[in-house]
Amino acid sequence: MAINLKLWLLWVEGKTVPTTNRSHSQESMDNLVIAGKTYTSRLLVGTGKYKDFNETRMAIEASGAEIITVAIRRTNIGQNANEPNLLDVLPPSRYTLLPNTAGCYTVDDAVRTLRLARELLDGHSLVKLEVLGDPRTLYPNMVETLKAAEILIKEDFQVMVYTSDDPIIAKQLEEMGCVAVMPLASLIGSGMGILNPWNLQIIIDNAKIPVLVDAGVGTASDATIAMELGCDGVLMNTAIAAATNPVLMASAMKKAVESGREAFLAGRMPKKLYSASPSSPVDGVIAPASDAATRKAAQ
Amino acid sequence: MIQLTINGQPQQFESPINLTQLVEHLALQGKRIAIERNGEIVARSQFAVQMLEHGDQLEIVVAVGGG
Repeated sequence: MAINLKLWLLWVEGKTVPTTNRSHSQESMDNLVIAGKTYTSRLLVGTGKYKDFNETRMAIEASGAEIITVAIRRTNIGQNANEPNLLDVLPPSRYTLLPNTAGCYTVDDAVRTLRLARELLDGHSLVKLEVLGDPRTLYPNMVETLKAAEILIKEDFQVMVYTSDDPIIAKQLEEMGCVAVMPLASLIGSGMGILNPWNLQIIIDNAKIPVLVDAGVGTASDATIAMELGCDGVLMNTAIAAATNPVLMASAMKKAVESGREAFLAGRMPKKLYSASPSSPVDGVIAPASDAATRKAAQ
Repeated sequence: MIQLTINGQPQQFESPINLTQLVEHLALQGKRIAIERNGEIVARSQFAVQMLEHGDQLEIVVAVGGG
């Protein structure tokens, strides 16, 4: 207990952290480090499905996210030349933009999309790779994802990769040089929460790179559970954008991720069906009133 | 007369045209875009020297909201 307290105090002072967990012992503060860059927020958010750019901007500000995903799409030719641009609202000077390959079902489409993204963002190489396998479930095609990751890594991209929650695939993606693995909690846009915490736990335990839950978070408690498992971060879009009040949900998610992270660092108590160990002292409970009455009657 | 396919749409041009001129023609100058020509990225610095040819396939993209 005394040792734990000492470690905790050192952690508060920013000198170390109270666990031997891989990602913490390397950092002086409890920051998220991806590809050598440090982030204070462990919540990453998407920018899709908002009703307008103003709502997008307000929700992202409320989320406190520093890394935000964007999609790459054909520009409208000859239509509304003065249309506002997403990057005017969310400038790359303020946010780390994470271009994705959403909608790509082949290696070629995914790789070309990210080459375009790198050109668009002036050589920015941190990207989110996803190669989808099926339009109904948006489940990732891991065979194609592995091939695309290999090409992108050879071309010096820093690849954060959307993956199924298969621990072996996740490890392979790490070994080939991805900078973060991002297993799904449940299907993209489903809001079904964390369906297989055990697989996530194995992926986290095996990984030496950040593990972020990407997809499936529906509400704040889902994000907290992901962080309590030991995830390094959570990426979400629909859970915020499809809430009745997206800005308020963004704020809730910020707190949920912080809360889950602190609970993970704090180390939860063991679960047991019966405690037999009350929180208050066993001794010194006052005598039952009937005893006092008996004593008085005897006098 | 040359025909280009721009974002999947065929467009005809009377005279030879380079990428800078095409970007102006499409009123995209000053916009944050990236261009792929026949599957290869064209750096912005190369727009003025890339003369387009009949049958070229161009993809012109922007960043949009996505998750």
